[in-house]
Amino acid sequence: MKNRLKVLRAERSWSQQDLADRLEVSRQSVNAIETGKYDPSLPLAFRIAETFDMSIEEIFTKD
Amino acid sequence: MVCTSNQQAQRAYLKRMGISMAVYIAALFTGEYLVGRELVDRPVVWLLGLLPGLAIVGAFYAIGKLITETPDEFIRMLIVRQTLVATGFALSLATIWGFLENFELVPHVDAYWVAILWFLGFGIGAVSNRITYGAWGQLR
Repeated sequence: MKNRLKVLRAERSWSQQDLADRLEVSRQSVNAIETGKYDPSLPLAFRIAETFDMSIEEIFTKD
Repeated sequence: MVCTSNQQAQRAYLKRMGISMAVYIAALFTGEYLVGRELVDRPVVWLLGLLPGLAIVGAFYAIGKLITETPDEFIRMLIVRQTLVATGFALSLATIWGFLENFELVPHVDAYWVAILWFLGFGIGAVSNRITYGAWGQLR
């Protein structure tokens, strides 16, 4: 699964830690999702979408 | 116990692991001293023989609780992965050694070495996590 997390984060000038704090996860989690090493669960994907005020499909796309 | 952060789960884990290790060391030295000098009767020898093993069971319990109490799904996945590597490593070596021992190709090894292999495998699992996912998971 591909995602636009890094771009969306950069647009808001958020560090990985800033996003991790907002999502209440570790910075390692954000890094693993951003780099495509880990696909988040549906509940976490919803939290990410809510944080960016977007839909899941706008952030995550199939390979 | 409900943990709201990874740090809280880590602290609970370290506390449980610390208690387990303290009981393990105390039981081991007490047993060696009392049983080695034949200062205790058979029922007490049983108790002293069981205590170190039960303390290690406490360490396994601490790792199990760490998995269930860690709120971060990615970190939780890393710890589960570590335990799978540890289990595969320990059971594989124990099985191979057992058959070699059966044919008298290698000397007998006490069964508690499986637990030692498991903890070694837990460390290997952490290295595997670092290589595969860029994060250690749980090393301690």
